[in-house]
Amino acid sequence: MSLQPISFYQTGTFTVGNRLLAPEDRSVQANMQRTNSLNSGHRACQGCGEALGARYAIDAAMIASKNQLIAANATGCLEVFSTPYPETSWQIPWIHSLFGNAAAVATGIAAAIKIKKQKGQGGDTRVVAQGGDGGTTDIGFGCLSGMFERNDDVLYICYDNGGYMNTGVQRSSATPSSARTATTMPLGPEPGNPFGQGKFVPAIAMAHEIPYVATATVADLRDLEYKVTRAMGMRGARYIHILVPCPLGWGTASHDTIRIARLAKETGIFPVFEAEHGEVKSALAIRRPLPVEDYLRPQKRFAHLFGKNPAVETIARIQAQADKNIRRYGLLETETR
Amino acid sequence: MDKPFAITLNPGSSLANHTGSWRTSRPVYLDRLPPCNNQCPAGEDIQGWLFHAESGNYEKAWRHLTKDNPFPATMGRVCYHSCEDVCNRAKLDAPVGINSVERFLGDEAIKQGWKLAPPEADTGKHVLIVGAGPSGMSAAYHLRRLGHRVTVHDAGPFMGGMMRFGIPKYRLPREVLDAEMQRVVDLGVEVKLNSKVDNILASMKAGKFDAAFLAVGAHIGKRAMIPAGDAAKIVDAISVLRSMEGQDKPMLGRRVIVYGGGNTAIDVARTAKRMGAEPIIVYRRTREKAPAHDFEIEEALQEGIMVKWLSTIKQAGESSITIEKMALDDKGFPQPTGEFETMDADSVVLALGQDVDLALLNDVPGLEVNDGVVKVDPNMMTGHPGIFAGGDMVPAERNVTVAIGHGKKAARNIDAWLKASSYQAPPKHELAHFERLNTWYYADAPKTVRPMLDIIRRQSTFDEVQGGLDETNALFEARRCLSCGNCFECDNCYGVCPDNAVIKLGPGKRFEFNYDYCKGCGMCVTECPCGAIKMEAEEI
Repeated sequence: MSLQPISFYQTGTFTVGNRLLAPEDRSVQANMQRTNSLNSGHRACQGCGEALGARYAIDAAMIASKNQLIAANATGCLEVFSTPYPETSWQIPWIHSLFGNAAAVATGIAAAIKIKKQKGQGGDTRVVAQGGDGGTTDIGFGCLSGMFERNDDVLYICYDNGGYMNTGVQRSSATPSSARTATTMPLGPEPGNPFGQGKFVPAIAMAHEIPYVATATVADLRDLEYKVTRAMGMRGARYIHILVPCPLGWGTASHDTIRIARLAKETGIFPVFEAEHGEVKSALAIRRPLPVEDYLRPQKRFAHLFGKNPAVETIARIQAQADKNIRRYGLLETETR
Repeated sequence: MDKPFAITLNPGSSLANHTGSWRTSRPVYLDRLPPCNNQCPAGEDIQGWLFHAESGNYEKAWRHLTKDNPFPATMGRVCYHSCEDVCNRAKLDAPVGINSVERFLGDEAIKQGWKLAPPEADTGKHVLIVGAGPSGMSAAYHLRRLGHRVTVHDAGPFMGGMMRFGIPKYRLPREVLDAEMQRVVDLGVEVKLNSKVDNILASMKAGKFDAAFLAVGAHIGKRAMIPAGDAAKIVDAISVLRSMEGQDKPMLGRRVIVYGGGNTAIDVARTAKRMGAEPIIVYRRTREKAPAHDFEIEEALQEGIMVKWLSTIKQAGESSITIEKMALDDKGFPQPTGEFETMDADSVVLALGQDVDLALLNDVPGLEVNDGVVKVDPNMMTGHPGIFAGGDMVPAERNVTVAIGHGKKAARNIDAWLKASSYQAPPKHELAHFERLNTWYYADAPKTVRPMLDIIRRQSTFDEVQGGLDETNALFEARRCLSCGNCFECDNCYGVCPDNAVIKLGPGKRFEFNYDYCKGCGMCVTECPCGAIKMEAEEI
């Protein structure tokens, strides 16, 4: 059961809203009464994908939990730009502790709620933990894996912008091959991140066989909201990994954030799918197939591949990665919308 | 101080931080001019009425449409819809079937009996209109809506002008035409049929008219010098089409030669075919060069009408004609080849264009006639103050849509002239080019094709050839509109702003920017499907 797109009402479910749809078929973001969990005045860069993705996800989680939600936040851009003491942009109960322990803090909150419920002292408050790829795939990975393994009742959301952007663009284990970083370039003439073994945390989460794992991008709001809502409808450990382009670290125009996320999905660079108990249940089909070059070219972090002598072999390796995603997750198999 | 341990400041909201100060350029909403609207000779707000049709509010759509053009059911059949040629959707799959939705709205209005809104107040001014064709009746409608008293004179026995006497009923059923004409009459427009105006100044004086609009059309068939025997039957196309409306149908015989390559030639050939004749069109140039619309030539060919391209008539006799083969020269002009052919012919119908009957304008001071048409200024006024003219009798492309546009334009200027002022058209918005759109957001949807009458019935009856859309597919077709350049409230800007700096004002009220927090990233501009937002540099 994946998202059921509305086939044709001029823009169907491609746009954020659609005046031709029944109100119950419209997105959370189209609602004039949306929570705006992450309010105006935050200090994220122009065109920040993470700020957008966080509001999309948490607003949907607020609706799904009937506004009974607590969020634990890892250190990272999202925490720094939203909450410089004593101001905050968060309009929900929100806690920040350390870089690496968001999953553990959330586990603790979930445990406390469980006990309070047993004592008849509290309602059914839900828990979300969130962080960037640094706080999730690197520093917080131990706590995250523990949370998965214990099947704690937490939805963990990772906003993946492929690096430590807040401290000036350093590599993380989520930085893609060949992407240039500011101060963590490898030795040698090639400035791009080396081709490693890769560390795709959604696949690792699936290996824990937790109830729900999904990926999403800021380019497909309806899919993202559907996945958050679906996750909130379940109990136990759940994980959603959202691709959020970073104009600063990726070297893209601030107005192109959504376009770049869309290209990541359409080229197969970033597979968008959902899995339950370790098995892939559905994938968001590629609508207009494109070569990876279309995704790489607009980003300055890949500019070194397109000099006077284009690095055709490197581009071919990245294309092979995308082709593997397309094969593995069946990205061309579902019927197109 | 009763704060918790190590806390010295009260928590505050980031709303105190006005990130709008970061901005170097700002997004602004605008309406761009959709190519269809820009193209429409009748000045219809096509995107505007499709917007209402999209939500299934057909009456509102019809009312929006009829602000500019009171004859949608007629337009939806006879308009050559040049709007569809420029439709941005053509670059995605196929243009929006604007014409077929217009027809649906027009037919729906007739079915539901929707009435045009009457004028709010009478001005006491009285305008004479000469000619109850598309231009005259369009002007009558607009002038009446502006509160003027209107009297229309027409020499013929019915309203409609060339829409009745020039367009065969297999393209425009008469009950449709009558219904749309009657609706204008119901507004309080007085129409005097069989009442020819012989002298415009005398008629204006006798009726104490404050202004006049002339729209007598062009219905004198042009003749060609063809050496012909006494017994040869040569008639003109317009007379043939006109007599189709009366009791005595024209007697053309079996072998009918139609001479010409315009739409009238096609119309008359198709009419003859339906009367049991075997018409052959003779035209001196090629199909590519023929002024008739290609789809009409195609429909005629489908119905079994023969065409002799690159041929001229040299001589006409009692039961045969001689034609000469032509060849195009370097410049594309037909030149005689000296090769002749004889063809059986019971009659020859000349469809070589029409002239205007200008007799009523004799002795009007200041009025200027060039090349058989009346000169008008940009406000549609002739050289004689207070006398305006439009339609086929002024220099312009000759078709129903242009004529209706003239009627509207003239009415606005007559209204201004009667108030001793001048009409100022609102400034045109910049064009909504395809490049301004983000077409990712539009669902894939191929064009809906209108049903065509089967070929046997097209060859033998005057039933309407092209069918209409029903409610379901008219709605589908309307929703194929991309709403180029005009906000259709998809909520994209409201959704994609990472800074919540877009304020949604509610259904029908669109959006506005909160410049206190807008950082000027421009994402709303990039992700707006229809190009209704642009970035402007901040003044620093």
